[in-house]
Amino acid sequence: MASKKVLMKGNEVIAEAAIRAGCRNYFGYPITPQTEVMHYMAKKMVQIGGNFVQAESEVAAINMVYGAAAAGFRVMTSSSSPGISLKQEGISYIAGAELPAVVVNIVRAGPGLGGIQPSQGDYFQACKGGGHGDYRNLVIAPASVQELYELTVEAFNLADKYRMTCMILGDGTLGQMMEPVAFRDVEPIVEPEKPWAACGRGGRAEHNTVTSIYIQPDDLERKNLELVEKYKIIERDEVRYEAIGLEDAEIVIVAFSTCSRICRNVIRQAAEKGIKVGMIRPITLWPFPKQIIRDTAALPNVKAFLDIELSAGQMVEDVQIAVKGQKPVHFFGRMGGNLPMQKEILDKIIAIHEDPNKEALD
Amino acid sequence: MAVVFEATKGLTGKPFHYCPGCTHGIIHRLIAEVMCEMGILEDTVSVASVGCSYNSYEYFACDAVQAAHGRAPAVATGIKRNLKDKVVFTYQGDGDLASIGAAEIIHAAARGEKITAFFINNAVYGMTSGQMAPTTLLGQVTTTSPFGRDASYQGYPINVSEMIAPLTGAAYVERVCLTDYKNIMAAKKAIKQAFLAQQANLGFTMVEFLSTCPTNWGKEPLEAMDWLKEKMIPQYPLGVFKGEEIDFKKVEADLKAAKEGAKA
Repeated sequence: MASKKVLMKGNEVIAEAAIRAGCRNYFGYPITPQTEVMHYMAKKMVQIGGNFVQAESEVAAINMVYGAAAAGFRVMTSSSSPGISLKQEGISYIAGAELPAVVVNIVRAGPGLGGIQPSQGDYFQACKGGGHGDYRNLVIAPASVQELYELTVEAFNLADKYRMTCMILGDGTLGQMMEPVAFRDVEPIVEPEKPWAACGRGGRAEHNTVTSIYIQPDDLERKNLELVEKYKIIERDEVRYEAIGLEDAEIVIVAFSTCSRICRNVIRQAAEKGIKVGMIRPITLWPFPKQIIRDTAALPNVKAFLDIELSAGQMVEDVQIAVKGQKPVHFFGRMGGNLPMQKEILDKIIAIHEDPNKEALD
Repeated sequence: MAVVFEATKGLTGKPFHYCPGCTHGIIHRLIAEVMCEMGILEDTVSVASVGCSYNSYEYFACDAVQAAHGRAPAVATGIKRNLKDKVVFTYQGDGDLASIGAAEIIHAAARGEKITAFFINNAVYGMTSGQMAPTTLLGQVTTTSPFGRDASYQGYPINVSEMIAPLTGAAYVERVCLTDYKNIMAAKKAIKQAFLAQQANLGFTMVEFLSTCPTNWGKEPLEAMDWLKEKMIPQYPLGVFKGEEIDFKKVEADLKAAKEGAKA
């Protein structure tokens, strides 16, 4: 049963959710616009007897995460884009060693030092690798402060279930905004036993080893194939999305997180002009909700897709793969930390409505 | 027949892959023996690094985590903060600890992490085939200082123990070598003292081992030992750089009393 709603900032809710999920380890390095996660942890972790370390760098922080996870403990780090780039080495090792970890990226605009305003330009980095080698991260994109709470708790369960990084991909808007949030009285924590953890033998017959190195090609390929099998199960079981008005939509928007919120208003405005617009909002970015997009593309009422992102167009590549050429796909994005104006999106919808093929992507 | 000697249970028994004349094997055995003699084998987590000893976890019989290049002190921090009653040690070479992992080792020491770093300094990158290390001596020929290390071009060797010791968070820092029985026994004592200081929560502890690399030095094993004595020790003098005042007999007695107190 949910308790009374409280008004909280997105970044603080992430930290509170982690603690509620049983996480007693936070290792981080300051960077805007996610620093409130760290501030909250610095105070709360000490008060509840958990571990908080302000590391010397993001590189060190993710390796502290690696160590705590290897010892069998729930652990989280958070950062923003340039800091997440620095963490990629550790994220790859976490994938190789199959450790559970939650990594939060409150994305800011890039490349390089870029800016500190919101962006979704780290989609490729989050969903297509980022670090070296064949691996995946489970990537979750909440769209509200309430979802930040619920999905952060869930991220710990998923990370433990699949022994991999579960990444919360937010952005500066989501992290900084204040919204009412209702906390549950009891969290749905599912934490499996971790007999593989390196926590001291303590009478165990064999010593445990946490490693990502496999010198023999056949051994490494076997590990690669195990990962592939795991990822297939996740693609089958963990896809999450929200679908709005697909049954009679002429144009279907695909947008996640902050962008999807702007699009909700545009959908109403389009309806006032007699254009039926639906939306598919991926909640998991990987696994990507490919099937619902493919099935929607097959609907006779659907004339075109419009992908909206705070980037030069990254998720749209997955949308195109999912649509599989069945319908034209359009893209509209803003960058640099700017958000799209509702009118910009509405104009794009009107143009697509007039001619669904004009200016469609190849 | 009475058993007069047996292999330490601190090692798995898997044959070492190290080159003839390399002292990794001696150091492994000493650490393993100390873990057994102190009764902490079941309560120790080792952190392997990147370099020739990347798979030290296959030899040590304690639990182990393999870390990315240079990151072992950060990984050990993540482990030890959760397992405060366990012993956690890193095992790192000079490229790993003094070059790519310079930040991690300094900050682990500065934070006074209750971990032990075993630093194996052979003045060269071993596994990647003999490149210049931060600890390579002036004039020393390596595959990336083929004309000898020139200070005006490649800078100076780093004396890690002397750099770490002044940090307040560092409780015990000693440099040892393994050139003969006496030094080997001194090295073993240093390992034990580092573990004792860690168990007593005195702060960060490090033992630097001057080590040989006949393969990449281009020397016979015995020549390598002589070279270490003649060339390395003048640059890297042996001795205790931090914690000389610690009364280890008392530390050990106190730890024993606390343990027995906990049982009773």
